[in-house]
Amino acid sequence: MTLDGPIDVPAALSRLAVRLAGKGARATGAQRLTGGASMETWAFVVEGPPNSKGGGREELILRRRSAPFDPESSRSTSLAAEAALITAARARGAPAPPLVHLCDEADGLGEAHVTRRVAGETLGRRINSDARFDGVRGLLARQCGEVLARIHSADPPKAANLKFADAAVELDRYEEVYRASGAERPVLELAFRYLRDRRPAPRAPVLLHGDFRNGNLIIDPEKGLAAVLDWELSHIGDPAEDLGWICVNSWRFGHPERPVGGFGDYADLLAGYEAAGGDPIPLERLRFWQALGSLKWGVMCLTMYMSWASGAAASVERPMIGRRVSETEIDLVNILEAGL
Amino acid sequence: MISHPKAQELTEAVGRWIDEIRPGLDPRNQFLARVAANALAAVTRELQLGEEAKAAAVQRLEPILGHGGTYEGLTWELCEKLRSGDFTADTPGLMPALRANVLDQLAIDQPGYRHETSLP
Repeated sequence: MTLDGPIDVPAALSRLAVRLAGKGARATGAQRLTGGASMETWAFVVEGPPNSKGGGREELILRRRSAPFDPESSRSTSLAAEAALITAARARGAPAPPLVHLCDEADGLGEAHVTRRVAGETLGRRINSDARFDGVRGLLARQCGEVLARIHSADPPKAANLKFADAAVELDRYEEVYRASGAERPVLELAFRYLRDRRPAPRAPVLLHGDFRNGNLIIDPEKGLAAVLDWELSHIGDPAEDLGWICVNSWRFGHPERPVGGFGDYADLLAGYEAAGGDPIPLERLRFWQALGSLKWGVMCLTMYMSWASGAAASVERPMIGRRVSETEIDLVNILEAGL
Repeated sequence: MISHPKAQELTEAVGRWIDEIRPGLDPRNQFLARVAANALAAVTRELQLGEEAKAAAVQRLEPILGHGGTYEGLTWELCEKLRSGDFTADTPGLMPALRANVLDQLAIDQPGYRHETSLP
C-alpha cells in the first residue's frame, strides 16, 4: 500500500456514507479522537437519506493506518486482521465493537475499518476514581476474566496470520531491543535474568488479545465491561499473558492496591476466567507475566525515546515517555522482593 | 553556576508560561503542552536533586561492588554482573540498594507515581 500525501478524511467519510447507507446519506461530526504514531481513530455519524427506516442515524468509528506498515517486522497485525479478530471474538461472546465495513481501495482511506461506536468510558483514571463507576467497579475484574476466557477459546482466524510468542520469545525480543538501545539499567538487567530463570512450563497456546488493559476497555456505568478495543497486538501464546498484562501497575492509574487494572482483585479475575470455561491459571504464572509486562513496558518506553533520539519521530511526547522507565523499575523491584 | 537566574528558575518560568497558554490550545496541543510542562518539571527536579541522587547511588553501590568509582562506571559493572548471573536478587544488600536508587530516580521523573509500596 502506498500513501500519497495526506488524505482528506472527512471528505472520504462523506463518500463512504453513501456506500454504507445509500444515495443521499452523509457523514457528519467527523472528529479525530486519537493520533498515535501510526494509527488514527475518528468518530463520525452516518445520517441515512431522508425517509430511511429508523431515521438511519448511526454513530461509527473509523480506524485507519496513517504511516507505512511492514507486516513482517511489525508486532502489530493489519487492520484486516483486526477486523477478522473482532468478528471471531464476538462469535465466542466476547464484547468488541461490531464490524461495519472493511475499507478497500474504492474508499480512498488507505488501510482502514469502520465499527459501531460503543457508549462508555475508556479513560482508566475516570473508571477507577469517578463516582459514576462505583456501582460496577467491583464487577469488572470478574468480567475481564470471563471475557478473556471467551477470547482464548476462539480459533485464531486464518486470515489474520498471527504470530506465536511465548515467554522465551518475548524475553529474547525485548532483551535484543534493550541491548540495541545502549541503556544501562540494573533493574531491567536483573529482571531479564530473573524471569528467564523462572519461565513457566509450556502450556497449550491460545488466541491472545495482546493489549488487554485498563485504557483499552470501554466501561459502561450500568453494565460494566462493554467492549474490548485495540486488537492490533493480538498473537498466539500463553493464556496467562493477557491476565498478567492487565495487572501491570502502570495500568492501575493511581490505585496500586487493586491489582487488576486498579479496579479489582486477582481472585476475581482468575475466578471469572475459570467460570467462563478457561483452564485454571495459577496466580504465580499470572504474576510472572505481570512482571514480564512491566519489563516489556519499560523497554517500550526506552524504544519511544530511541525513536525520537534517532530522528525517526519528532515529538515532545516520545522523549518524555523515556522517563517512565523508572516507574517500571520500582514495579519490578516490588514484584521481585515480594516474589511471584 | 550563576544564580541570577538559576537554571531551575528558568525551567520553572517557562513551565508556568506553558500552563498559562494551555487552555487556549486545541485538544492535541493541550495534551502536548501538558507533556512539555511535565518535561520541564522533571528537568527542574533533576537540577535540584540530581547531583545528590547520583552521589547517594555511588555510596550504595560501592560496598556491593567492593570498590569505589564513578556513577557510570559502577552502574556499568553492576549491569555486567547482573547479566552474567554473578549477582542475583539474593546478593546481600543488592535489592535495598536498587530500591533506594530507583526511588531517587522516580522522585525526579514522576514523584506522583503510586506503586505497591508507596504510601497512600
